[in-house]
Amino acid sequence: MYAQLVETGAKRLKTRDEMSPEEREFQEKVDAEIKIEPKNWMPEGYRKTLVRQISQHAHSEVVGMLPEGNWVTRAPTLKRKLQLMAKIQDEAGHGLYLYSAMETLGADRDEEIEKLHQGKAKYSSIFNYPTLNWADMGAVGWLVDGAAIVNQVVLQRTSYGPYSRAMVRICKEESFHQRQGYQILLDMMREGTDEQKAMVQDAINRIWWPALMMFGPHDDESPNSQQSMAWKIKRKSNDELRQMFIDQTIPQLEFLGCTVPDPDLKWNEETGHYDFGEINWQEFYDVLKGNGPCNRERINTRKKAIDEGAWVREAAVAYAKKQKQRAQAA
Amino acid sequence: MTQTEALKEYLLRLADSDLILSQRLCELCGKAPAVEEEMALMNVALDLVGQARNWYQYAAEQIDDGRDADKLAFRRDAHNYRNLLLTEQPNEDYAVTMGRQFFFDVWHYFTLKSLTESSDERIAGIAAKAVKEATYHLRRSSEWVKRLGDGTEESHQRMQEAVDILWRFTGELITPDDTDRVLAEAGIGPDPDQLANDWRGMVNEVLTQATLTPGPDDAWMYMGGKHGEHTEHLGFILAEMQFLQRAYPDATTW
Repeated sequence: MYAQLVETGAKRLKTRDEMSPEEREFQEKVDAEIKIEPKNWMPEGYRKTLVRQISQHAHSEVVGMLPEGNWVTRAPTLKRKLQLMAKIQDEAGHGLYLYSAMETLGADRDEEIEKLHQGKAKYSSIFNYPTLNWADMGAVGWLVDGAAIVNQVVLQRTSYGPYSRAMVRICKEESFHQRQGYQILLDMMREGTDEQKAMVQDAINRIWWPALMMFGPHDDESPNSQQSMAWKIKRKSNDELRQMFIDQTIPQLEFLGCTVPDPDLKWNEETGHYDFGEINWQEFYDVLKGNGPCNRERINTRKKAIDEGAWVREAAVAYAKKQKQRAQAA
Repeated sequence: MTQTEALKEYLLRLADSDLILSQRLCELCGKAPAVEEEMALMNVALDLVGQARNWYQYAAEQIDDGRDADKLAFRRDAHNYRNLLLTEQPNEDYAVTMGRQFFFDVWHYFTLKSLTESSDERIAGIAAKAVKEATYHLRRSSEWVKRLGDGTEESHQRMQEAVDILWRFTGELITPDDTDRVLAEAGIGPDPDQLANDWRGMVNEVLTQATLTPGPDDAWMYMGGKHGEHTEHLGFILAEMQFLQRAYPDATTW
């Protein structure tokens, strides 16, 4: 999930003739849908782009625990508490799994996390929005995990082997989260009080547009998009994915008996898709630049956790060293 | 005290202790010292809520006044909570978090192990599953106490301070009252002397390996959780945990 605007370093795509023999061989493998594995030769730009994309994805899983952590101590029933905890645990697992995939590219987890804390690395803009009522836990599962799945199902076929395999595993768990999220909303809409129903609609109103922003800006002719597509790191355009998400989500929305805050949303018989209004791109770029509702809090919380945990990690290293020495002396 | 009364009390103690400790662990979500620890803390917390739910369900059947597991968890006030005081103590630094976990896990492990042989089949069944989880919890928290105790100078100092701060809450784990004695005699609950010995033995062994000093034998002990007399912390834990159920009392489904 959760990679938006990944730099590839490309100014324009190289033609076959401009490629070195290794580059040509690499591109032919990619074109033939043969997975690239850690030990294979790869262009430096490919490696760097993947490190950026996978680390963004990993950071998003970890930062994404915070808006849910905001409600895990206030979950209303034991069942909902258990579900939310299991989801959060899965996310920590996804983060670890993705950091490992990233490390197969020679990147260092601590260094990448440091970049996050310095504001140099991104994570999905969605996690900079606050979770303000309990129904947000349903709406996040349904819409945010839902948007992530649309992205990730496609990424299961991404060209880099370890990333592709990570996506297969992660998609399974996130489909489960999405169904659970939807169920939270459905139960409240069917059997809840008026106040609970209002909670659901309020959550959808706040999360709808930020969820659509998760797919990133409109695709243009930018060399980044073209290069990522050629390398098959990216398989479908942002706008295609966003449309897929909307088309599959609106019937679910109607089944809930809720609405989205978009007066332009309507079924288009001709295209066979939903038409929808323009995203507030100013807001999107503001959030990406650090000016979203919770950017500061999210990064500060993560930075504090890692900084204040330094002595714990140092102790673990020192203890392991002592144990090793003892084993050798024995 | 009748056996039935004792059983109701005891089931609430098990359930409440699991739930309150888990609530403390949930507070650490996104704030652990490493991503691996995020996963492990949430995993332990998840086990504890799962166990709490099992104990509450049985307690609800025994109490039989129309309240279900959720009502017991989310609609009782502090004076009706029966958790050990240790479990409601704040997270503070990771040494306190792990020290609290370790003292609890030793008690929990030996308690559950004994309960697998309870004459009450329902209890034995719940304990049989729970003890597997508690075995892992204990292994993990023992390892952390050793790492921090025998790690760096700073970690040693912090871990020793944690032991000193928490020690006064450990007496409650191994000091039996009427409830414990009635159930022990009926073969339902653990033998109090055995539990106390096992707890002391394991705690001393791990603390020694961790180069830490336990509290004095004659230390003053703060007790009362098992009877509903809590520290000031519990009220705030419940205020947060029970917020939705209290704010929307008419809601019957969530």
